[in-house]
Amino acid sequence: MRNFDYHRPTDIAAAARVLAEREDAKLLAGGMTLIPTLKQRLATPTDLVDLGRIAALKGVRREGNGLVIGAMTCHADVATSPVVREAIPALASLAGQIGDPAVRHRGTIGGSVANADPAADYPAGVVGLDATVITDRREIGADDFFTGLFETALEPGEIITAIRFLLPKRAAYQKFRHPASGYAVAGVMVADFGDAVRVAVTGAGPSAFRLDAMEKALGASFTPGALEGLNPDALELLTDMHASAEYRAHLVGVLARRAVAAIA
Amino acid sequence: MNITLTVNGQSIARDVEPNVLLADFLRDHLRLTGTHVGCDTTQCGCCIVHLDGKAVKSCTIFAVQADGSSVLTIEGLAAPDGTLHPVQAAFREHHGLQCGFCTPGMVMMGADIVRRIPGADEQTVRHELEGNICRCTGYQGIVEAIVDAASQGARS
Ligand SMILES: Cc1cc2nc3c(=O)[nH]c(=O)nc-3n(C[C@H](O)[C@H](O)[C@H](O)COP(=O)(O)OP(=O)(O)OC[C@H]3O[C@@H](n4cnc5c(N)ncnc54)[C@H](O)[C@@H]3O)c2cc1C
Ligand code: FES
Ligand code: FES
Repeated sequence: MRNFDYHRPTDIAAAARVLAEREDAKLLAGGMTLIPTLKQRLATPTDLVDLGRIAALKGVRREGNGLVIGAMTCHADVATSPVVREAIPALASLAGQIGDPAVRHRGTIGGSVANADPAADYPAGVVGLDATVITDRREIGADDFFTGLFETALEPGEIITAIRFLLPKRAAYQKFRHPASGYAVAGVMVADFGDAVRVAVTGAGPSAFRLDAMEKALGASFTPGALEGLNPDALELLTDMHASAEYRAHLVGVLARRAVAAIA
Repeated sequence: MNITLTVNGQSIARDVEPNVLLADFLRDHLRLTGTHVGCDTTQCGCCIVHLDGKAVKSCTIFAVQADGSSVLTIEGLAAPDGTLHPVQAAFREHHGLQCGFCTPGMVMMGADIVRRIPGADEQTVRHELEGNICRCTGYQGIVEAIVDAASQGARS
């Protein structure tokens, strides 16, 4: 692995400064995606800025009708947090399904959301729960955040500081786990906010997306049966060595109905 | 970069390059070769140690990230007088190892499971071992050992 200069700022402004000053500096969160990437030399940054010592980025808190999770909060802490479990049990469940226990002790919500892996779980949670991505510069709505394969609305040097979730009346996340990697072959978050229902899919497209037809149908009747015949169009889904687009379209339908059945 | 950390209860100070992985630091710099590197791609769990009390994959952490922290490796798991940790004793009792390559990681993850989930049943233990691979496929004994140790934890 190429060597780099290592920085360990204790506040966000200092981290932003290093990112701005150095030639090719990258943020290091849990390292569960970045360190494997460095080993393979798919990235060769000149500098790494470790966010691990910035206390302000860690932790979970209720704020009005919302739940705010600091970017450096690890998956295990989200999964086991009494505050998350009480406010949005579906989100705690989602975090507890990521990878394995050792990965969950290191990997963070900010790193996962910034990385925007098409098969990652959090993007379905962020889009499905109509979350807001809070950065050191601005707030970005979930519908505008994921822009493509490993692509987000983040600008160079922009740091995610927290994610703010709205509390649904009820929500459920269902995932078809790849048996080797743990990532989602497909995953669906269904959230009922009373005046609106959101259905978000991960694993099946280049980035997390919503299913309008399912949302409308559930708005009229929140039952698994309402989703019959509303599977997404396979033409717009991913095919890879693990699953064909047709299979993914089928899975999305099954997972959405299971999610609804779990909370209907 | 100069780092100071506690490894198996001992304070250690060393000068390391930022790109040295914790697994390599333990093995090559401290000669604690009980921590194994099976895959180097965060999949197999052979390199699991406890960092500030939590199981982590040491092949995917830089030693500099552990500066100021406390690390427990397989070498430090037994009591100073040699009394085995309940998970170690249960591995012996239930034949939880064959070639032994995955064993340090399995035992360290087992100890983490027992700490977090006293009384964990077989299904839970299998699920919790998703990040640990045994090339000898000796999972039956491994799972029995951890379930046994977890039941002792629940009793005590
Ligand atoms: C064996 C294994 C199994 C896994 N299984 C799953 C799974 O089932 N589901 C799943 O969703 N994920 C899975 N993951 C990925 C895991 O969730 C990672 O933790 C996550 O993708 C990245 O988070 P991180 O904190 O480790 O980020 P890092 O690896 O440190 O960083 C990832 C990227 O995000 C950038 N970044 C990090 N933090 C910020 C920030 N605050 N602001 C802006 N940019 C930032 C970094 O610069 C880097 O480019 C798995 C990983 C492994 C190794
Ligand atoms: S060597 Fe670290 S997970 Fe395999
Ligand atoms: S005992 Fe041989 S790899 Fe597990």
